Amino acid sequence: MYATRYTRAISVDEALEQIAAAEDGAFLAGGHTLLPTMKQRLAAPDVLIDIARIADLNFIEISDEDVVIGAATPHAVVAASAELAAVLPALPHLASLIGDPMVRSRGTIGGSVANNDPAADYPAAILGLNAKVITSQRSIPADDFFAGLFETVLESGELITHIRFPRPSRAAYRKLRSPASRYAVAGVMVSLWPGGSVRVAVTGAGSDGVFRWTEAEDRLTQTFNADAIRALRLDPADMQSDFQCSAPYRAGVAGHLLADAVTEALSAGPAAASGRH
Amino acid sequence: MISVTLTVNSKTETREVDDRTLLVEYLRQELGLTGTHVGCDTSQCGACTVHLDGLPVKSCTVLAAQADGGRIVTIEGVESGTDLHPMQAAFRDMHGLQCGFCTPGMIMSAIKLVERHPEGLTEAIIRDELEGNICRCTGYHNIVRAVLSASETMNLS
Repeated sequence: MYATRYTRAISVDEALEQIAAAEDGAFLAGGHTLLPTMKQRLAAPDVLIDIARIADLNFIEISDEDVVIGAATPHAVVAASAELAAVLPALPHLASLIGDPMVRSRGTIGGSVANNDPAADYPAAILGLNAKVITSQRSIPADDFFAGLFETVLESGELITHIRFPRPSRAAYRKLRSPASRYAVAGVMVSLWPGGSVRVAVTGAGSDGVFRWTEAEDRLTQTFNADAIRALRLDPADMQSDFQCSAPYRAGVAGHLLADAVTEALSAGPAAASGRH
Repeated sequence: MISVTLTVNSKTETREVDDRTLLVEYLRQELGLTGTHVGCDTSQCGACTVHLDGLPVKSCTVLAAQADGGRIVTIEGVESGTDLHPMQAAFRDMHGLQCGFCTPGMIMSAIKLVERHPEGLTEAIIRDELEGNICRCTGYHNIVRAVLSASETMNLS
């Protein structure tokens, strides 16, 4: 790791002042992507601004319409939230599948979303649940937020403060984990909304990062069950291929995961998801 | 340089360190607590696991400065007097280690695993939640037996 300077902000305003004063500063929350990247000398911010202890970024709020989660909330807190499990269980379930217990102690929702790793889980929740990413400057709808591998529309010095998830009628997340890295080989979030509309987001599989599977959404909007999409396949030309598995394999896995997610969303009652994989 | 104060195994220590100092470097190099191991240095293997404010963390992926003011427990801090912690005793009794390199991290991780499940553990839960600790000797079987055995002792006390 190259030399850097560490500062800690106690408020969002202070964090914004500190990043404005830095030449090439970076916000540090859990650090579970940033610090490994710095160790490999792929990133070299001159100042690290620790935002993990800002109280305004650490909360879970639930209302009749939505669920709001502070950006610095660790995965373990989301995963263990009984209140969340009661109203939107797909979300704590997704959080419980990230990394391992030690990673979940530190990694945060805001960090995961800002980093937009193509195999990360939270981007599927943002897109698949039609969330809004709220920053120090604006509110960004999920469909406008992600901009390709490791890219988002966030500007330099812009800080995610919280994520606002509207509450669906039903939702479920299914994932095939890489046994080595525990990242998603493919992961699928499906949600059904009052009025019958459906969203499907796929992470891990696409060659351009997380994406909506609109053809599946159309079919599930007509009939919300697994048979409605069983014959559908993603185009392998749009999938990524690496040492773990091929593009056609990922396309096939995503289809199976979607079918399982739909079945799970239906079987476990309103707003439901459960099970470990 | 930055001043970092940590309460490690109930003893409060302050050191002036380079801002980029990792928690595991602080523990090993500043305090001489070399029981916490550096395995992969990429947040995969879990050999560096310690408890920070009651949570298991990989100390190779936390800056010492991030932990400033925190309470740390390392493998050196789990025994009481001359008595091994029940988890340490179970690893010895069940042959849950061979070369021993991963053992401090395994034990720190496993203690929190038991604490997360006051209702009791199963082999499946242990295998699932030890996913962040890698062992290249044992094949895990005796580690799982040790954690199961220790959980029974720990839940009795």
